[in-house]
Amino acid sequence: MSKYKLNINGVQKTVDVAAETPLLWVLRDHLNLVGTKFGCGIGQCGACTVHIDGQPTRACLTPISSVGKSQITTIEGLNPNGEHPLQKVWQELDVPQCGYCQAGQIMTAAALLKKNPRPTDADIDTALAGNLCRCGTYLRIRAGIHRAAEIVAKESV
Amino acid sequence: MNADHLENSGRRDFLRKSALGGGGLMLGFYLNVADSAAKRVAKPSTVPETGEFKPNAFIHIAPNGTVTLISKQPEIGQGIKTSLPMIIAEELEVNWKDVVIVQGDLDPIYGSQSAGGSRSTPTNYEEFHRLGATARTMLIQAAAETWKVPVSELIAHDSAVHHSLSGRKLDYGQLVAKAATLPVPAPESVQLKDSKNYKLLGTRIGGVDNPGIVTGKPLFGIDVQLPGMLYAVYEKSPVFGGKVVSANLDKIKSLPGVRNAFIIQGGSDLKGLLPGIAIVADSTWAAFSARKQLEVVWDEGQGADQSWAGFAAKANELSTQPGMDILRNDGDAKAALAAAEKTVEAAYSYPFISHASIEPQNCTAWYKDGAIEIWAPTQNPEAGQKVVTATLGIPKDKITLHITRSGGGFGRRLIPDYIIEAAAISQHLTVPVKLTWTREDDLRHDQYRAGGFHFLRGGLDDKGKLVAWHNHFVTFANKVVKDGKPKLELGSGANLSGDEFPGRWVENCLLEQTPLECNIPMGPWRAPRSNVLAWVFHSFIDELAHAAGRDPLEFRLEILGDKGFIPGTGEQGIPYDVNRMKHVLQHVAEKAEWGKKTLPRGQGQGIAFHFSHRGYIAQVAEVTVSRDGKLKVDRVVVSTDIGAQIVNLSGAENQVQGSVVDGFGALTFQELNIEKGRIVQSNFGDYPMLRIADAPTRVDVHFLKTDNPVTGLGEPALPPLAPAVCNAIFAATGKRVRQLPLLRTDLSWS
Repeated sequence: MSKYKLNINGVQKTVDVAAETPLLWVLRDHLNLVGTKFGCGIGQCGACTVHIDGQPTRACLTPISSVGKSQITTIEGLNPNGEHPLQKVWQELDVPQCGYCQAGQIMTAAALLKKNPRPTDADIDTALAGNLCRCGTYLRIRAGIHRAAEIVAKESV
Repeated sequence: MNADHLENSGRRDFLRKSALGGGGLMLGFYLNVADSAAKRVAKPSTVPETGEFKPNAFIHIAPNGTVTLISKQPEIGQGIKTSLPMIIAEELEVNWKDVVIVQGDLDPIYGSQSAGGSRSTPTNYEEFHRLGATARTMLIQAAAETWKVPVSELIAHDSAVHHSLSGRKLDYGQLVAKAATLPVPAPESVQLKDSKNYKLLGTRIGGVDNPGIVTGKPLFGIDVQLPGMLYAVYEKSPVFGGKVVSANLDKIKSLPGVRNAFIIQGGSDLKGLLPGIAIVADSTWAAFSARKQLEVVWDEGQGADQSWAGFAAKANELSTQPGMDILRNDGDAKAALAAAEKTVEAAYSYPFISHASIEPQNCTAWYKDGAIEIWAPTQNPEAGQKVVTATLGIPKDKITLHITRSGGGFGRRLIPDYIIEAAAISQHLTVPVKLTWTREDDLRHDQYRAGGFHFLRGGLDDKGKLVAWHNHFVTFANKVVKDGKPKLELGSGANLSGDEFPGRWVENCLLEQTPLECNIPMGPWRAPRSNVLAWVFHSFIDELAHAAGRDPLEFRLEILGDKGFIPGTGEQGIPYDVNRMKHVLQHVAEKAEWGKKTLPRGQGQGIAFHFSHRGYIAQVAEVTVSRDGKLKVDRVVVSTDIGAQIVNLSGAENQVQGSVVDGFGALTFQELNIEKGRIVQSNFGDYPMLRIADAPTRVDVHFLKTDNPVTGLGEPALPPLAPAVCNAIFAATGKRVRQLPLLRTDLSWS
């Protein structure tokens, strides 16, 4: 066991865990940030997507010892008031069914929009390829990203 | 709800009976229930305990006007936590923004709480109207008595009662103290709203948990955290039915973070507590890590000989022999086939598949002093309670079961195997324990959608009319012991009804069935049976239509004919309204411009319909297949008839679109192989699921309102998708898909 100082959602946290412990389980079991979800444990489903220094990253494959001083953002910290355009649009369009994958979808989509404010369908297909939705809400996920992009474009005018 | 639900309700017996019997408004229903969510519902911290209005178990109006509605059915993504309360809110004339929805625990006061078979809407629809209307009636009565005016001068809307003659109004919050003193009218005596005055039903309402979902709140079973909770994993035999001989428990117990490791003997019921090894640790990761070093000697038993290749070979052998059971024998199919102008013969097969709900199975249990508290993402809390009583001897009234949100269900969470595992581990240790299955556990210990084999022959007369149909269905069964005797029991979802279309439509029809014995657990997978039968039968009907040189739509309409309403055969039969099906079929054809488009080679339309779960659904798929065989679904048009009213338009559309996408994923990718009695695939790497780029990009959904009872939509829109797509592929390429998954068929053309 070793102590790790983490910067999560802008707050310093210290945990005492084994070096190989994935960030996913540090978040869920040790820090009670359970919005980041366990789906496969092998980086195939994207339910555990967080941002590490802005990059969408699979928390299930990220050993805590590799995080260092990076800024970690989880769904709980995406926007302090839960008012990221994607979070608003997801409610407006009623995207979720079971909702379990949606934190990962939103985190991936948020990173996409930051890099590419007006993504095409093909851009979305590429960026979201790693995020499974078992309920099949892909049509609304796609519509939601386009809609959020419109909102961001209007707000920045 | 009926009187049956009142029996044995134990500690809250008196209060419940009084409330349900309409003997007066009950305050503090749940005062004796320790630590339950229901208690929090009954006494929210922000609401004073007195002066609340609770005309029934589902409605609670506080003096500040907050309306709390109980959702009794588990939410698994089907939207029921939003839609059932909407029905109450409609009749109650309450503003949706004033409503708080709380998930009810398992409690007989709510009636059946199992969510399966798309039954939650049809079985509760009428009652939920009456629940809301009862409360509205009482609030109006309270206003009438307050103002001393006749009830007929009052109307309720926007969470208030209005007296338009005097311009007065009283908000519901102002009326609760008075309403709480009134007798509860009999539910059948209250006036329901005319559907033309609905303000909420049929509109688009977002899921009530959406705000929590998009901000990462703890909503799901896997999110449960309790003080002092330990984390468990449970290793079972990779061969179904295997038993533990020994394991390196001393080694496991010495590993970092491990608190305990022990063998559970378990039983032989594939849906119950199976033998295995529990590892309990300080964290999920410690338990997962220790498990990697677990070495177990298994007695694999007879199941180790099973393989999919073996089953397929056996099915082929059986195909030429008479079936074990005759499910239907109308006319003389064999003679009619011999005399037919043209016959078509084909074999169709599909593999076992997994539910793969995205939240792996998990459950949290806390056994203490002879009682147990359980938090479970379940579709079937009653089954969880039942198996805990039967296996661990904990009486029903000592079991508290909290229903959490489920990360997908699809039928998987009707089976409580993971609940009994968590309960058994907690009972052994007498501490709170969260059991988490890995994805590998989930794929390798599912209650699978059964594979199957259909050997079909169809006969056409000289006018191209379908006159003979013969199917030998080779399916799967488990050996079970019933009344002390071993017998073969068909897998759940592995059966075929003799009534299944076109079973009552073809004058010479022979349906035979032979089960293959296996040790593989089978369970209901979204639209059980229908999810594959529709593919087989509508693909083969398409083959017959093309063999007859006829339009596939017109051919189907001829088969459906003018039979009107067909009753089911015997008590278990399925009634079928032919006119409703023809209606959706003709509607979808019109919306998709069936037969009116001239499409180039490589593009095609396919049509199919299916009746299941009381819903009549027809679909047209439009596909493009590139020369090198890459398939794209350009559009799916869906016409549905699920009765007189759509409850939540947004949720309903989401269910239909999701069914189309899910159906396409299962059709295209999903396949489990079985070797040496075990599932070969392990995770999403070798069990691919549909991703966004491959999903249909346009799904047009049409709801045809008909004067029929309102029914559910979790399942019936899925079955027609697979045959519609495969029939479109044939139209585009001339290639017929007879084996699933689709990716096994080379679709390239030149």
